[in-house]
Amino acid sequence: MAEKRKKKMGIKQRYSMLTRGLGWDTTYQPMDKVFPYDNYEGIIIHDWEGWEDPFRLTMDAYWKFQSEKEKKLYAVIDSFAQNNGHLGITDARYVNAIKLFLTGVSPLEYQAARGFTHVGRQFRGVGPRVACQMQAIDELRHVQTQVHSMSHYNKYFDGLHSAPHMHDRVWYLSVPKSFFDDARTAGPFEFLTSISFAFEYVLTNLLFVPFMSGAAFNGDMATVTFGFSAQSDEARHMTLGLEVIKFMLEQDERNIPIVQRWMDKWFWRGTRMLTLVAMMMDYMLPKRVMSWREAWDIYFTEAGGALFADLARYGIKPPKYADIATKEAEHLSHQAWHIFYNYTHAAAFHTWVPEKEELDWLSEKYPDTFDKYYRPRLEYLDKEEKAGRRFYNDTLPMLCQVCQIPMGFTDMDDPKTISFEVSEYKDDKYHTCSLGCKDIFDYEPEKYVQAWLPVHQIYQGNCGGTEIEDVLKWYNFNMGADNMEYKGSPDQKLWDEWQAHRKKA
Amino acid sequence: MSVTSIGKYEFEPLDKQENFHGNQLTYINWEQHLLFCAPVCLPLPPEMPFGAFVQEVLSGVYSKHPDFEKIDWDAAKWTLDGADFTPDLGKSLADNGLGHKSLIRFWTPGLKGIAGSHS
Ligand SMILES: [Fe+2]
Ligand SMILES: [Fe+2]
Ligand SMILES: [Zn+2]
Repeated sequence: MAEKRKKKMGIKQRYSMLTRGLGWDTTYQPMDKVFPYDNYEGIIIHDWEGWEDPFRLTMDAYWKFQSEKEKKLYAVIDSFAQNNGHLGITDARYVNAIKLFLTGVSPLEYQAARGFTHVGRQFRGVGPRVACQMQAIDELRHVQTQVHSMSHYNKYFDGLHSAPHMHDRVWYLSVPKSFFDDARTAGPFEFLTSISFAFEYVLTNLLFVPFMSGAAFNGDMATVTFGFSAQSDEARHMTLGLEVIKFMLEQDERNIPIVQRWMDKWFWRGTRMLTLVAMMMDYMLPKRVMSWREAWDIYFTEAGGALFADLARYGIKPPKYADIATKEAEHLSHQAWHIFYNYTHAAAFHTWVPEKEELDWLSEKYPDTFDKYYRPRLEYLDKEEKAGRRFYNDTLPMLCQVCQIPMGFTDMDDPKTISFEVSEYKDDKYHTCSLGCKDIFDYEPEKYVQAWLPVHQIYQGNCGGTEIEDVLKWYNFNMGADNMEYKGSPDQKLWDEWQAHRKKA
Repeated sequence: MSVTSIGKYEFEPLDKQENFHGNQLTYINWEQHLLFCAPVCLPLPPEMPFGAFVQEVLSGVYSKHPDFEKIDWDAAKWTLDGADFTPDLGKSLADNGLGHKSLIRFWTPGLKGIAGSHS
């Protein structure tokens, strides 16, 4: 029969050619041997065809769409650089939020690319496999565009020169790093529950919205633009997160308790990581968007509440300890900022005591707690700093075995007292910061006894030497520029000069 | 529970005592003095006398706090790994029952931190 030119295929048909049409069942080797990772977690899948593709984007449409966004983004980045966009930000203190993002969050985009590349090989169902492969490409794009957008700041400000190196070594960056290490070393279904569902679906609004609107409020157009450029990708990622949950829950009811446990675990790990965002919102933005407490109420209590009400029909309950996390929203940012204030000599960004109007804003946003527990301390620190005795904590902190954050969180019903939990495993003690972290440890102690805790590693002699200076060199810090108090920093001096110049002109 | 894994899953813990060059990790917290944001962690020789621990170690860690010099050590209350504890200053840390990764907490009655804020 002569080849007749076929009618152009519709998007649905083309997508099914790209996925189902390119997949096949192996015959030389059993499928279980070719895909050994997709059933050991205990998730039972009867019918991989039950997977509903959450988005149907063919490769040609994908390239076209992404390249258009890319063109716009790079045009903005170029004009930001040419027009000295960094002079338009509200205050040089703002750049510290960028430093935290570039060292703490952007490397996670790369980790995500690695994770999705891995699981994009491991599912025998061709639908989820292709969805993960496409997300892997998105994530690679995110890390690239973020590095490119923020590199302009690196020409003028300190602490932005060695993000990947720092991500692998610096004590507080072990918090996001270990989060992703934990996810990537789990099975493919747990990985998707942790990253696609808990992180990108449930908690993403608490990460990206604050950073992006923070950027917009503070005149940082470069960051705003990459945020926009990533937004349509993130929308796809969210639908993948929800689809994988529904798929598991619909396939077999024996999957329900496994999924519930993963949700509990990854909700808790996620909220711990968001500590960094909490303090960014309440302390690091010169022009504030909303308080962490307000963001939590809107994006978790309300939006998350609706989501979990919807999942109740599958027998899923809201994450365990969601009530504790909600109480924490009152204290988290203050306790976290205090940790960094204590140890800014070992951090690649600056901290400071907020100015009076900023303290007033915090008093207003946290009327029940701020004046009672946090303001007197900040005012004391301010007084000490002005008297030439800027307070630093000279002894390394105790860390949580699971989230790896210094044990600076209090009992939420007693904000005067640190919260302590401990587990015994094979004759050793393992300390955790909360019931959420303790549960995670107790369920898989073999995994967490391997935690690379920065403080313990320093004491073992694995971080460049025994003196703090040696360790900071090993971190690649420019001493006295990247670290220490904001007041008197080279960043501040440069900013003040620019402002003086502007006034003259 | 053990780890859900694709094969045998056994690894050495990273923080075994022998990795600390003859020291043991000790966690210390001065209660209700949150100017110091978190408990601290120090590698200490198990044979160190408890008296030296109070005089040298604790003052090294905490003496920046205006309350520190006001501490009445006879009135201080201690817990060791969650249980009430009365240290014997003349005995070593080990003989006082401190092991690797022990947590020692102490309360100093009457001292309420910066402006009464427990900081
Ligand atoms: Fe991303
Ligand atoms: Fe994403
Ligand atoms: Zn923790």
